[in-house]
Amino acid sequence: MYNKIVMEKFLKPENAGSLRGANAVGKAGNANCGDVIKLYFLVDEDGIIEEAKFKTFGCPAAIACSDIACDLVRGLQIDEALNVSSREIFDELEGLEDSRVYCSVLAEDAIKLTVENYYKKKSK
Amino acid sequence: MGRKVYLDNAATTFVSGEVLQEMLPCFNAIYGNSNSLHSFGRDASAIVDRARDRIAHAINAQKSNEIYFTSGGTEADNWAIKGIAHAYASKGKHIITSSIEHHAVLDSCKQLEKEGFEVTYLPVDKFGIVNLADVIHAIRKDTILISIMAVNNEVGTIQNIKAIAKTAHDYNIIFHTDAVQAIGAFKIDVQDMEIDVMSMSAHKIYGPKGVGALYVKNGILIENLFNGGNQERGKRGGTVNVPAVAGFGKAVEIACRDISINQQKLKAIRDYFIKSVNEKIEYVQINGHPHQKINGTVNMSFEMAEAESLLMLLDLDGIAVSTTSACMSNALEPSHVLRAMGLSDELAQSAIRFSFGKNLSKSDIDYVVEMLVKNVARLRSISALTKAGRK
Repeated sequence: MYNKIVMEKFLKPENAGSLRGANAVGKAGNANCGDVIKLYFLVDEDGIIEEAKFKTFGCPAAIACSDIACDLVRGLQIDEALNVSSREIFDELEGLEDSRVYCSVLAEDAIKLTVENYYKKKSK
Repeated sequence: MGRKVYLDNAATTFVSGEVLQEMLPCFNAIYGNSNSLHSFGRDASAIVDRARDRIAHAINAQKSNEIYFTSGGTEADNWAIKGIAHAYASKGKHIITSSIEHHAVLDSCKQLEKEGFEVTYLPVDKFGIVNLADVIHAIRKDTILISIMAVNNEVGTIQNIKAIAKTAHDYNIIFHTDAVQAIGAFKIDVQDMEIDVMSMSAHKIYGPKGVGALYVKNGILIENLFNGGNQERGKRGGTVNVPAVAGFGKAVEIACRDISINQQKLKAIRDYFIKSVNEKIEYVQINGHPHQKINGTVNMSFEMAEAESLLMLLDLDGIAVSTTSACMSNALEPSHVLRAMGLSDELAQSAIRFSFGKNLSKSDIDYVVEMLVKNVARLRSISALTKAGRK
């Protein structure tokens, strides 16, 4: 059902947990299956994502995708994070079953919502 | 490491030693085709007859020839729904079933809808029970069949089969029940319960996979599902799987012989499990009816911990359970049963089915609860859902 990489990320996610001092939070939910991915970014003054963490309610694939999403956005300029695609997440995990591809899409949505949240907070 | 605990007996059971002994000679000693006229065939036929007698006796069928062997519960359900619908189509084209049936029933109904039949899918209450008043309200002049499962496979709720069957007969409607999860759980008497047609399966009661049966009361018309031979009195073509049928007969006999001791055991294990979980884990909801349910199955939602992830973690600890979240069956939607019972998506996605078997010990349960405590805590610590967010 899940490949080795997905299982590794599921069992030992490096980015799980909340993030102290996070200045951007985004939550994406899948209405069909109930999975929820919540991302936390700590963005520095130059707009660089210094740290990213996640909290996820979902299947092993959703947890693995969340973990990868954090890795992929770390160190990026905040608007560069918008370029991180579900395809990239999928590729990093060396593939997901068809029925689990939506997890990578959910993670991409979560990234976009977190970036949006960052700008919203900033404009206040 | 290395410890294994199997808590998925509603999916399938091991084949018991007594059943296996009954089956073994049928593979190489008594290997004739039960339809052949010679002595090899007659010997095999005698074994099939004995199995048929045992099953008929166990469910109190009036005659053994009311039992037809099939390839399992799914075929039995398909045959019952489609076979009756087609046989009585000239009388009417309306069928009543429930929204929590096994997909063998639901998908057969969907197929019939494409052929022009109309199907009413009755709702259930929050415990998963079909309300008799809803059945009565759904009955129409052209209703030909009511099909309600005896026991739900996901939550273990027992339906009021006898009352529904009586109601069906008041209106001259045929009553079918899928009793796959009910055999061995409680005494089934088809005459007393007024069941016309009933699906059964062997591998939930320590019998082999790939064999089941349909009880069809004499006088009820049913069209064939398979064509191609005069086996099963011309109703079900195909060489009879003699070893499997022999095992099935024995399994039913044992299930009924040992029913009270097995149920006592299962109830003790189940109650101990629920008590331990309630003592050690917070935010757990038990899905299904508080007492109108079988002893072997418990469905629990561990709030904020997603079921499939929990299943995978338990699996790594050697514990086999199942998630009712259809995620496992590769559909995205949560279980149709839990949805019909009105559970929120989050609760439905946190639901695990534990189904107990007769070989479990208290120490197995202690181990399972210990691993549940560990793994539920782990998933909750990284969950996007929070206690504050609980309704």
